[in-house]
Amino acid sequence: MTRQDALFQFLLRMGDNTLILGHRISEWCGIAPVLEEDIALANTALDFIGQTQFWLGYAGEVEGKDQDADRLAFHRDAWDFRNVLLCEMPNGDFGQTIMRQFLFDAWHSIFLGRLLKSSDPRVAEIAEKASKEVAYHLERSAGTVVALGDGTEESHARMQAALDYLYPYVGEMFLSDEVDQQMAEAGIAPDPATLREEYDALVARVMAEATLNIPENRYAHKGGRDGYMHTEHLGHLLCEMQWLQRAYPDAKW
Amino acid sequence: MTQASVEQIWQWLDAVPDPEIPVISLVDLGIIRDVAWDDETLIVTVTPTYSGCPATSVINLDIETALRDHGIDNLQLKRQLSPAWTTDWLSERGRARLEEYGIAPPQPAGGPDRCPHCGSKNVTRVSQFGSTPCKAHWRCQDCLEPFDYFKCI
Repeated sequence: MTRQDALFQFLLRMGDNTLILGHRISEWCGIAPVLEEDIALANTALDFIGQTQFWLGYAGEVEGKDQDADRLAFHRDAWDFRNVLLCEMPNGDFGQTIMRQFLFDAWHSIFLGRLLKSSDPRVAEIAEKASKEVAYHLERSAGTVVALGDGTEESHARMQAALDYLYPYVGEMFLSDEVDQQMAEAGIAPDPATLREEYDALVARVMAEATLNIPENRYAHKGGRDGYMHTEHLGHLLCEMQWLQRAYPDAKW
Repeated sequence: MTQASVEQIWQWLDAVPDPEIPVISLVDLGIIRDVAWDDETLIVTVTPTYSGCPATSVINLDIETALRDHGIDNLQLKRQLSPAWTTDWLSERGRARLEEYGIAPPQPAGGPDRCPHCGSKNVTRVSQFGSTPCKAHWRCQDCLEPFDYFKCI
């Protein structure tokens, strides 16, 4: 794999994470439990879609095959997506959505923090912009996990169930492969495996405050970030997200 | 035709309102980072407030329209992400106008220091997010009015 191929894959991973999770949370638009949460989720989705434009826009330039961010977002099939499985997991109830958000935000904020020092100036400037927004996402999702976890008997039970369900999807964010090794060698991005300790400490702190128990089993579902095997949920998501551009290619708003 | 001076162009841009918060100009908002002539082409460097802010494309269009109205045809808009936009770049005039308009200006403490309607310091947060990506939703406990707070980033 050339350095350029590896950089392209890395940028797809960053952009697909924000694209797919951004789309997922936009599914709450108009139906969230209360208006304030509806607006908060929609705003978070908006930040993610904006970040996606930066990542996938750069990915298209690196690939050099005349694909812009829209082309990459709307004209690839499931097996070409490089998001971690966590991002494509269904919304479930509001608690599951917030738990998924926190588990991702915690990784995202730590990872972007390292990218600020990337040897690739484009990566560093996107990270600089995104990390400010993500710090805000994390503050909110962590606070909401605590409020619901340490809330009523019902909300506590739902948050524990959400954590039990989603925790097997955490491990994939810390796997390393050839792409990561190349990025680490070039000083473009950190080896994800080196961030697990910091992540575990952050998650443990929030879960303790939320009175939730982190599952002991570290089994990790994988196959999203390398495209080996996505869950069945991604295809359904893409059907909805890509429908218009597939039915009417290059339609303009 | 002689080229308009950079100072003149800054003045013209200062007359272009923010599409979402029309009481402040794009210059007040701090998103115009540079104005420079490159030979015959005017280059205006703009930084986004938030990555996904839907106003960004409207802002670019408004800049183009305003400058074309002043006879500038060779215009290039450059997007700059770094240094990332911060609310520290809001002008003093912009902050004052926000408050008059009913939007509490950003504070380093992370919340409004008073209600923009009645001036009470007895305020509480309703939601970390609000009607646009740059705002949060607060409420005054004395006059009971809800208000927008311009998030500090």
